[in-house]
Amino acid sequence: MTRAVQARDTRDRGGKAQPLLSVTGLKKYFRLSGGLLGRAAGVVQSVDDISFAVRKGETLGIVGESGCGKSTTARLLMRLIEPDAGEVVFDGEAIGAADGMSVREMRRNMQMVFQDSYASLNPRLPIEDSIAFGPRVHGVSRSVARERARALLEQVGLDPNLYVRRYPHELSGGQRQRVNIARALALEPRLVIMDEAVSALDKSVEAQVLNLLMDLKTGFGLTYIFISHDLNVVQYMSDRVLVMYLGKLVEIGTVEAIYARPRHPYTRALLSAMPSMDPGHRTTQPPLTGDPPNPINPPSGCRFRTRCAFAEEVCARVEPKLVERDAAALHSVACHMDIPGSGHSAAPSPAEKAA
Amino acid sequence: MADTTANIAATPFGAAAELPVKSRSYWSTVLGRLRRDPVTLLCGLILLTIFLSAIFAPWIIEADPYKTSMLRRLQAVNSKGYLLGTDELGRDMVARLVYGGRLSLLMGTLPVIDALLIGGLLGIVAGFVGGKLNMLIMRTVDIFYAFPSVLLAIAISGALGAGLLNSIVSLTIVFIPPVARISESVTTAVRNLDFVEAARASGASSWTIIRVHVLGNVLGPIFIYATGLISVAIILASGLSFLGLGVKPPEPEWGLMLNTLRQSIWINPVVAALPGVMIFVTSICFNLMSDGLRSAMDIKL
Repeated sequence: MTRAVQARDTRDRGGKAQPLLSVTGLKKYFRLSGGLLGRAAGVVQSVDDISFAVRKGETLGIVGESGCGKSTTARLLMRLIEPDAGEVVFDGEAIGAADGMSVREMRRNMQMVFQDSYASLNPRLPIEDSIAFGPRVHGVSRSVARERARALLEQVGLDPNLYVRRYPHELSGGQRQRVNIARALALEPRLVIMDEAVSALDKSVEAQVLNLLMDLKTGFGLTYIFISHDLNVVQYMSDRVLVMYLGKLVEIGTVEAIYARPRHPYTRALLSAMPSMDPGHRTTQPPLTGDPPNPINPPSGCRFRTRCAFAEEVCARVEPKLVERDAAALHSVACHMDIPGSGHSAAPSPAEKAA
Repeated sequence: MADTTANIAATPFGAAAELPVKSRSYWSTVLGRLRRDPVTLLCGLILLTIFLSAIFAPWIIEADPYKTSMLRRLQAVNSKGYLLGTDELGRDMVARLVYGGRLSLLMGTLPVIDALLIGGLLGIVAGFVGGKLNMLIMRTVDIFYAFPSVLLAIAISGALGAGLLNSIVSLTIVFIPPVARISESVTTAVRNLDFVEAARASGASSWTIIRVHVLGNVLGPIFIYATGLISVAIILASGLSFLGLGVKPPEPEWGLMLNTLRQSIWINPVVAALPGVMIFVTSICFNLMSDGLRSAMDIKL
């Protein structure tokens, strides 16, 4: 897959090799308070110690079952939720650090498109004002902001003459999501997080919006984080894919590596749950049984072990670290079967690693 | 039908098609709906008449509402010179009812407006900020909410002493809790919607978000609720005056008039019921109008 070579962005600081976003040890535990006096009834380990980087100009897909922490990760990156721990660095500048980038500045560079196209537009504002709101907040004059809103509407495929003064309830779901995309682009961000942005659309509209996103990406030189539970869509959109399970990162790699050579049993199960277009390849056995365990008290060691067919004693005892399997495919996986000398019977021997 | 085709043919169609299609603004939609709602329109018209006649009473009514006449006490309705008869001191009922509207409406609307400002502010802040502040504000409000409103109004008025200002203060205190609760619940609902998150994600301050995104979505329901409260306020204010805690005689006020005419109910029941009729008509008009506004302002219909 070849990427269009983009003209060098004037906002670029560290050059092409520097990741646009690098996340280290991101963590968010939600405390559940129960009862009148707010006693802690439990802790949901929603996002637990996740580290990854987003390279300039790529699309990083994030997949996983519902409740695995995909959306929480998005909200943590936008600082809509305060993380408990972790460092987020945007193009070399630590967000929220004294000598780094302020949260407000980060929000100009990073924007988000939400799943619910109706709830994410103010029903009382004409869509023009919704799009112009962001620039207005950042000190752009009303006329310039409106001009930008009209130009963006044009770019997302809505005729500004017809739509500027419309209200959200007068638009269809697909049109509203186009407006949301225009709103996210109004601040001229470098990174856009799509949190299930096309999941609520029907298939034909979804395809149109996906193609629009592809066009906008080249047109504006954007980088995407594309969150979805739809594996086909993620495969179509992404350069690299990150797989999450119960708040943990289990596998990450190029889209080719993940879809063709998945290593983690969870990723394999997830991919085999994908309906095949080939009638010769029927799924005859359920790839995975049961529900994800309760995130309030996640299993010890490897969190997937309760549903894993290969689980052994070591999986309950030791939490597997993320190890690189294929440097060329940027492929890393967190499974004892891939950690040399981990104690798992299927693990490669330490000698094999050295060779 | 033929008319419309003729109209289209008459206008230069090509030019018209290139004009931007103007979407109707929110308020013009609301007005359009109200225009097709005869009940709300009628209620609004009656209220407008009552308000205007109360305000311009000296210019409309010749008779003096304070002038007593021992000879012409408790005249029947439509008796000579007195369209609606006279009260127990021979004062003209038409004049007293029209002048009485001044105090009754003042005591009905002013506490609600005050409560709307104070309770609305408390509720919106509590709902938007959430957490401990919400807890503090709403639990304090709940303490007042625990008392029946009539009892609370009487207790506060009794403690402050009789008088117009004191009864307005007591009614304001009575209405702050319900307004604050409604404001808090609608604000909490709006605050959790994605567009508020999106506004935060664009770097806006809390104040800007409240001003641009929250107020527009919560003021409608709060305002409609408050309109409904006006009828309750008029009845409560009349109740306070009836008990001697509000306006003092000889001031004309509907509740007070009901009280003083009470003894004459066996002699001239129609005249004695008239202030009650005014209270009833005014409050039911406010109620029906608030219902009409509620459906006209619902954006999703």
